[in-house]
Amino acid sequence: MPISDWFKAREGRRYTVASADKSADLPDGVWLKCPSCKHTLYQGALNDNLSVCPHCGHHFDMPAYDRVLALADADTFEETEATISSLDPLRFSAAKPYSTSLSSAKEKTGLAEAMITGRALLGGHPVVLGAMDFRFIGASMGSAVGEKIARAFALAQAEDRALVLAIASGGARMQEGMLSLMQMAKTSAAAERLSRAGVPYISILTNPTYGGVTASFPVLADVILAEPGALIGFTGPRVIEQTIRQSLPKGFQTAEFLVEHGMIDGVVPRPELRDTVGRILDYLCVRDVPEAAAGAACAVPTEGGEE
Amino acid sequence: MARFVMEFERPLAELEAKLTELKALDAAAELHLDQEIAELEAEVEQLRVTLYQALSPWERVQVSRHPERPKTQDYVEMLGSDVFELRGDRTYGDDEAIFAGLVTIAGRRCVVLGHRKGRNTKENIRRNFGSPHPEGLRKARRAMQLAEKFGLPLVTFVDTQGAHPGLEAEERGQGWAIAENLATLAALRVPVVAVGIGEGGSGGALAIGFGDRLIMLENAYYSVISPEACASILYKDASRAPETSACLQMTAADLVRHGIADEIVPEPLGGAHRDPGMVYAAVERAISSALDSLCGQEVGELVEKRFERISAIGVFTEGE
Repeated sequence: MPISDWFKAREGRRYTVASADKSADLPDGVWLKCPSCKHTLYQGALNDNLSVCPHCGHHFDMPAYDRVLALADADTFEETEATISSLDPLRFSAAKPYSTSLSSAKEKTGLAEAMITGRALLGGHPVVLGAMDFRFIGASMGSAVGEKIARAFALAQAEDRALVLAIASGGARMQEGMLSLMQMAKTSAAAERLSRAGVPYISILTNPTYGGVTASFPVLADVILAEPGALIGFTGPRVIEQTIRQSLPKGFQTAEFLVEHGMIDGVVPRPELRDTVGRILDYLCVRDVPEAAAGAACAVPTEGGEE
Repeated sequence: MARFVMEFERPLAELEAKLTELKALDAAAELHLDQEIAELEAEVEQLRVTLYQALSPWERVQVSRHPERPKTQDYVEMLGSDVFELRGDRTYGDDEAIFAGLVTIAGRRCVVLGHRKGRNTKENIRRNFGSPHPEGLRKARRAMQLAEKFGLPLVTFVDTQGAHPGLEAEERGQGWAIAENLATLAALRVPVVAVGIGEGGSGGALAIGFGDRLIMLENAYYSVISPEACASILYKDASRAPETSACLQMTAADLVRHGIADEIVPEPLGGAHRDPGMVYAAVERAISSALDSLCGQEVGELVEKRFERISAIGVFTEGE
């Protein structure tokens, strides 16, 4: 690659802002255009590359199952709580009935809910692994997502497995009203318990992560990572612009912006995530000074550990 | 002082104005309009009852935002004594949108937190209309931890449109500040009583707005999203907020029905601002009886019950 191209690609990687991408739903064998570098890509090739554009490094949205498979050691993911799904407790029908949104989301994604969780190994460490799927009503958090998250925390604690969650969400699911808002308290309470038990928790923020989800369990992790260019914040840029009536700086609310402001530990490109998380777990699961840690040692001893 | 008239009250305000006019005329000209006055008074009374008796959710939202409605500082002044304000987050600044202080309420020494709306424009600008920045929420967290450290019950007054939506708030980690408060509140080893006195706007409200008890004033609301924002998302039209405020089920009665709030403090006809004295007394009684039952409990059990209470919220299915 000529050096000028390399710089261009590097620029692209640093400043690419991923966007909710409808084209990710197209079946294999379809050509699509990268929204960042405009290269035409073959869907199959994109899938083989973890949905990262091979030309510019743009990170496309990733379905939840692809996500857990990309993070877990081969053939180790075993789903839990697969049957939990949403009801329509408010019979919410403004603009579009919630029950209709739910059934079309299920049909479109083949998922029961906007989040999947399960047991897996990651870098040899037993973990509880979860991923949110933005295609399912914007991976918004209602009662069912909140319950799955709370149970993932409880399982991690009960089995002393590190917790790794890949986050993407538009925020709390407004169609469930206050029940959704309270999921913020519920998941944060669960995160607090796991933390006190001394069980490691790593969150991976992906594009986009907003609203009530940003303001709860994801940012309570021991280590917070994010994918390049992911947009992450509490209030969306449009609302802020309407409120303060000025345009926002370039790169506002990107993962890189959050590193600069001390909010997350690092920006990690998707192909490096599994290794990076594994390396962090090598540290957090060792407990060389056992009495310092609140919980018991991890089930699988790692090479660096001393008896 | 002329009372601020809410949109739905206008017919009543007009009728009341007519009545006043008639009385003035009668007094000035000695027209002996006693019968007409009595009739009009009866009419006013009847309209008042029909207007206020069964407020729609959107009307309650308007009442909850009434500029003369009692605010956090009113409750602190009227219910509290021996007040010492705690200021600053020790990291960035002192956000006046949040009140924190040592306050004696109902004979008990407590830590009190509240969203602090202003009583006039000048105060509102200083206090950012009661919408906290991260430093305000971090001040609140510091006060929670102080309460825990010294075994003081925590009482919070919830009244905000929401956490401030702005550039600086994002830079300083608005989401992080809220999440840390939620985790802290969930596990705080002292009794926590939250009182919804006006607006309960989303994460900024929740960040000091739940605990062992949630007491709601009759016309206070608590919602995942403001009805206007919900309407602009769903209909691209914020003026359809009256519809979304009903759909979101955000009134005190809705919250009790969903098992989120425990108790409703009734308000005088027309709203708390019509007779604040009655409301202060009722709120004091509610806080006092909540603290009486919570302060006797063993701390471990108290925290466990709070965790179970929060964890039980949600409606979903586990079947096929």
